[in-house]
Amino acid sequence: MATENAVSAEEIKVNAAKMHISDTDVAIDIIAMHKWYGEFHVLKDINLKVMRGERIVICGPSGSGKSTMIRCINRLEEHQKGKIIVDGKELTNDLKKIDEVRREVGMVFQHFNLFPHLTILENCTLAPIWVRKTPKKQAEEIAMHFLKRVKIPEQANKYPGQLSGGQQQRVAIARSLCMNPRIMLFDEPTSALDPEMIKEVLETMVGLAEEGMTMLCVTHEMGFARKVANRVIFMDQGQIVEQNTPAEFFDHPRHERTKLFLSQILH
Amino acid sequence: MSWVRTEMALAQPAPGSVRGPLAWVRKNLVGSVGDTILTILGIIIVAWVLPQVISWAFINAQWTGPDRTVCATVAQGGIQPDGWSGACWAFVNAKFGQFMFGTYPVEERWRPILVAILFVALLVPMLMPRVPRKGLNAILLFLALPIVSFVLLVGGMFGLPHVETSRWGGLLITLSLSFVGIAVSLPLGTVLALGRRSKMPIVKMLCVIFIEAVRGIPLITVLFFVSVMLPLFLPAGVSFDKYLRALIGVSLFAAAYMAEVVRGGLQAIPKGQYEGADSLGLGYWQKMGLIVLPQALKLVIPGIVNTFIGMFKDTSLVLIISMFDLLGIVKQNFSDANWATAQTAKSGLVFAAFVFWLFCFGMSRYSMYTERRLDTGHKR
Repeated sequence: MATENAVSAEEIKVNAAKMHISDTDVAIDIIAMHKWYGEFHVLKDINLKVMRGERIVICGPSGSGKSTMIRCINRLEEHQKGKIIVDGKELTNDLKKIDEVRREVGMVFQHFNLFPHLTILENCTLAPIWVRKTPKKQAEEIAMHFLKRVKIPEQANKYPGQLSGGQQQRVAIARSLCMNPRIMLFDEPTSALDPEMIKEVLETMVGLAEEGMTMLCVTHEMGFARKVANRVIFMDQGQIVEQNTPAEFFDHPRHERTKLFLSQILH
Repeated sequence: MSWVRTEMALAQPAPGSVRGPLAWVRKNLVGSVGDTILTILGIIIVAWVLPQVISWAFINAQWTGPDRTVCATVAQGGIQPDGWSGACWAFVNAKFGQFMFGTYPVEERWRPILVAILFVALLVPMLMPRVPRKGLNAILLFLALPIVSFVLLVGGMFGLPHVETSRWGGLLITLSLSFVGIAVSLPLGTVLALGRRSKMPIVKMLCVIFIEAVRGIPLITVLFFVSVMLPLFLPAGVSFDKYLRALIGVSLFAAAYMAEVVRGGLQAIPKGQYEGADSLGLGYWQKMGLIVLPQALKLVIPGIVNTFIGMFKDTSLVLIISMFDLLGIVKQNFSDANWATAQTAKSGLVFAAFVFWLFCFGMSRYSMYTERRLDTGHKR
């Protein structure tokens, strides 16, 4: 079972070579990581090496541990066994290290998690001002730059509650980008959106991918996965079951569970 | 079966039946048989009570006079006709200085008056959102003012004669106790609430013990404790001023209640807000101070003001350790033979009630204004 589910380091190397990515430039390295919620073994023997500039889509049935896994990368969840090394820093109980990692890793949530008591602009400048100690004026310029990039500069002085879901999610992306992160994590960024608003968020993410951002994205948007991912990871029952290039993954799934999953979602 | 709209319908004004004062009356006063009966009952009660109140408090009231004769009937040895009933504002008028300052020496009363003027001058701009320089204002109001007030009220330095706190009284005590209580209880209560939710076991335990111990004891007991018991534990010769002890007792008591109110607010903040702040790399105090507390405190403004109002009125209990706040000093003056009439107690109590109500109502309205001002929820 273990040999079947765990992807060997060799295989990763082969894949990385296929995708012309240098092995020396590792952004995230997860080694034999386990996590428990109380007695429940939620993540089992996770091994994942993410290269800089790589774009990874993680999919799988609900409860398979996809969100939990990417939330371990910026320590919103704590792992109990194994190693997680982000940008050369290992995540332990060292709070300073955790804050350092969080500064370099942006995260976009399913429910946006914007701060409702602050304006859009304040949402974007808060962390640069308080964490990066950027002067307010400069932080505002950066914020406006990214708000323009996600195409909502005119909403800068409104409050999150006045925006549509799609606009809020784009603000959330801009807010993360203002910290100039080296890695972006997306936790089902389009799952809470109306159908008409999914496209505008995905377009923003595609733009980000084209600029070479290292991205880990939990999503069920298979079109997005095909278009931008270097690698698709399929998870079930808290473990990585299969990973491959999108073309191979969608056209020639190997594991039975993957085949079943794909037949369910690709009608 | 097939149909397609050729022209989009335009928005029209609402029909007259749902707009205007007539619609309001129809909807709210005579909407159903039950509503109509209640409306009529309400009108009857108001029509019965209001004229009596107005006649007692204004028309028949005596506003000035040298002594009890203006407020007593002929049979009682006064000048009013038999059967007269009216408020004796003359009593309040004559004792006004005492009601405000207690037995603070008359020639030194400019000092509390000056403190009151400074207080209003600093409080009013603080409460108006449009006035700039809130930081400086807050420092002056919460740090400089208490020091200046202490020097002015207590004296004994800068050539000001010393005034014992036992001579303070009336509204001076009510307001100064409440102000310090409010200024101390909100920050202290917030820290206690954060401590109670802390992951550090010792901090958490200390906060829980403090909150539960103080909340489990009546304020009267706390006041007794600080005034009677505390000196027993202090080394001989060391003595705290009684007023200071009451101040500490009231503040700690209010802080314990405040902690629970704030904790309620903290619990209402969704986990996503903490995670959003965490994911941006904000530290604990930044996360709490910038993201969580502003939202949590805003949510519990009604509870906070409720505690403030409760504390403001509870200051009357200092009577139990023989300090005379506004109510205490009014009651004390009932026994003045010079003003003993059938109307004295009623008038004095109505006056005290009115003053308490004025402050509480002010706080209540201001809190509602603040709630509206801070509402950025834009619920749709």
